[in-house]
Amino acid sequence: MAFSIEVNRKAYVVDVDGDTPLLWVLRDVLGMTGTKFGCGMALCGACTVHLDGVAIRSCITRIDSIGTSQITTVEAIGSTAAGATVQKAWLDREVVQCGYCQSGQIMSAAALLASNSRPTDAQIDAAMSGNICRCGTYLRIREAIKQATQSNGQRG
Amino acid sequence: MDLDRLESRAASSVSRRGFLQAGAAAGGGLLLSLSLVSPKRDAEAAADFAPNAFIRIERDGQIVLTMPYVEMGQGTYTSIPMLIAEELEVDLKQVQVEHAPPNEKLYGNPLLGGIQVTGNSNAVRASWQPLRQAGATAKAMLVAAAAKHWNVDPASCRAQSGEVLHAATGRKLKYGELAADAAHLPVPDKVALKRPQDFKLIGTPAKRLDTAGKVNGTAVYGIDVRPPGVKIATLAQSPVFGGRVKSVDDAAAKAVKGVRQIVRLDDAVAVVADHMGAAKKGLEAVKIEWDEGSHAKLRTDQIASELEKATLTPGSVAQNIGNVEKGMVDAVTKVEATYEVPFLAHATMEPMNCTVHVRNDGCEVWVGSQVIARVQAAAAKTAGMPLDNVVVHNHLIGGGFGRRLEVDGVIRAVEIAKHVEGPVKVVWTREEDIQHDMYRPYWFDRLSAGLDEKGKPVAWNHRYAGSSVIARWAPPFFNNGLDPDTTEGAIDLVYTLPNMHVEYVQVEPPGIPTAFWRSVGPSHTVFVVESFMDELAAAAKQDPVAYRLALLDKTPRAKAVLALAAEKAGWAEPLPERVGRGVSLQYAFATYMAQVAEVEVGKNGAVRVRRVVCALDCGTVVNPDTVLAQIQSAIIFGITAALYGEITLNDGRVQQTNFDSYQLLRIDEAPAIEVHIVQNFEAPGGIGEPGTSAIVPAVSNAIFAATGKRLRKLPVERAALKQPV
Repeated sequence: MAFSIEVNRKAYVVDVDGDTPLLWVLRDVLGMTGTKFGCGMALCGACTVHLDGVAIRSCITRIDSIGTSQITTVEAIGSTAAGATVQKAWLDREVVQCGYCQSGQIMSAAALLASNSRPTDAQIDAAMSGNICRCGTYLRIREAIKQATQSNGQRG
Repeated sequence: MDLDRLESRAASSVSRRGFLQAGAAAGGGLLLSLSLVSPKRDAEAAADFAPNAFIRIERDGQIVLTMPYVEMGQGTYTSIPMLIAEELEVDLKQVQVEHAPPNEKLYGNPLLGGIQVTGNSNAVRASWQPLRQAGATAKAMLVAAAAKHWNVDPASCRAQSGEVLHAATGRKLKYGELAADAAHLPVPDKVALKRPQDFKLIGTPAKRLDTAGKVNGTAVYGIDVRPPGVKIATLAQSPVFGGRVKSVDDAAAKAVKGVRQIVRLDDAVAVVADHMGAAKKGLEAVKIEWDEGSHAKLRTDQIASELEKATLTPGSVAQNIGNVEKGMVDAVTKVEATYEVPFLAHATMEPMNCTVHVRNDGCEVWVGSQVIARVQAAAAKTAGMPLDNVVVHNHLIGGGFGRRLEVDGVIRAVEIAKHVEGPVKVVWTREEDIQHDMYRPYWFDRLSAGLDEKGKPVAWNHRYAGSSVIARWAPPFFNNGLDPDTTEGAIDLVYTLPNMHVEYVQVEPPGIPTAFWRSVGPSHTVFVVESFMDELAAAAKQDPVAYRLALLDKTPRAKAVLALAAEKAGWAEPLPERVGRGVSLQYAFATYMAQVAEVEVGKNGAVRVRRVVCALDCGTVVNPDTVLAQIQSAIIFGITAALYGEITLNDGRVQQTNFDSYQLLRIDEAPAIEVHIVQNFEAPGGIGEPGTSAIVPAVSNAIFAATGKRLRKLPVERAALKQPV
């Protein structure tokens, strides 16, 4: 069946079964490979994208559940204020190691900052604990989010 | 870059004079090829001399380094170029890095028997002398070319920021302008390397060169390649190791929208589809009957009990010092213990995958691998083609940790691709990735020690049994029942022990493939040795740090890191109830390291690592920020293993499936980590792995300090740590 979806402000029609996870539509059908596959069960957060600005796990999000909601992926998150701040902080703090999970980390962090410009440590942990990093970059992720919140504050 | 040309030149213009040889690169620049093999060995094997990395200086001044080591997040694409840039006097931003193609003759790792491999924390160690020498030689030739051009004494010129300057006249020429001339000059026999105190780059924190694409989704990992027309496949391998496919009913799978083809192999079934969603749905719809074979009833406890039995029989003697039997007879106190560590999966965040296009006349492979030459060889063999017909594209690696030192995934993908028209990307589900990993071996250890009247160890007896990964992976390094990996951390201890005897019994578990896993041999040996050392301190009723310090007079670098870690951790400061500090000390991967873990054990037995202090001496530090990042990373990796890591089998099947049953540490569990580096100019040590082996005993020793409960089996058993009511 054909579904119309909007990804990064662009409209697409995809012809897949309604139960197809959004992750595979993005990666394999539309060729946007920035969103990563990690577990397929919403356990690791590598596939995190935004649905109307809210972080969701695309590996368990059926394509027929999306409707007219706006999908944003890591490829376009830099065009949002929170996303750009987070990306910069990630580079400034040298967060990345192998980098595979970082798309998802950045999407979770950008959603957190967009909704809460001054998260506490506990709020950072709560928002980010669904994202696994096997390289263990957690300390730098925390630092980078704190840096990003400070630049948020300065701007706002 | 025309690699064929470079390679053929390298093979034909053998130089006996030293490391380096020059030639005109394609495009008229200066090319230096260098060997990572020692000169002595070159002379001995002059006929096979083959340089194994390349510096290319192009006319526009671009410096291209072909990297024999792959980037897995460990920062090697930054630290290795730093070595060259330092001596060449160029800005790090002027250095461009390329993946090396598969070619063991050119890119074999001299510290690992010439295998083209990234592993064992040794890229900087292997490159330290030869790559700086390469940079210095190139610089000398560029200076000579400039001096010739100006008709002045080379000694009156100097190199700086990619230019040669003649100070007296203020003239300058850029490297790119000199490259063509420099290529025709003789290679100097000897060049002086900079004195460490003159380093401008080495030892300063450098920004990683590979990160920008990793924050905006543009970085291409193996799993991201999309050759035109690529189809996606996923697979089910026999749930029991060694099992075979008995029958397949694929009618329902074929009816799934997007499914193109079902491929049946001897021991696996793959579903090929337009996208992974369809492939997974198709695979779920395939009815497969398995002939489970001889391992159908295999259980972990059987394997453990075989290993335990094996430690009652003599093994190969890995080290013998003094007379341990006599030492035991003379001892006042005797301590005995057995230890066990489990099978572990790698669980890289990027699941196993490989993309292959088999054509009549060739085979193309896209993959992220730590052993690209082995990938090429395995693909050629599986496809039944000559090596030259196989092209391998190496990609960024979404976590290696040893998993991508293996080519089982490549063989699988080629087997499947042989049945598929056009390119096919084989992506393993997470379940398949965990249940068909090649695991860190299970180990069983038996130890005894004798203490004198002052509590000092006068006898140390250690025998352990488990799989030798080396025996399979690099057989020439397995000799007389021993290999350098299984023994690292168990022998050549930093401690002075007058009587010591260590034996290894090789026992391969039935059916279960074993492999290297971050911190390899020491992931097992350091846990055992440092836990047992803690037991000796307890038996002697002495402080664990003071007890160790008293045994370190002959190893001042080890003593210094231990003292530093203890001081920075506030070792003697009091802690609340059920909170404890534990220490570990190791010399592994040519790096000295001590860690102090501060651990809190809840009433319900839950363990929380609150803080880790790490002191290390890895000799000369190339990129201090990478050292810090690797220690942070390795500690988190090790805590995961200590608290959660365990692969178990029942009925021949791996019981763990995904991140719910094979847990990894998360951000809300991550401790504060402090790293203190001892500064010196000794030769560099490895840094990617030592942090993992060192943290595990620090945590278990801290649990002992917090609860009085000695853990001799990993992972930590929470039930055993519940506070008695």
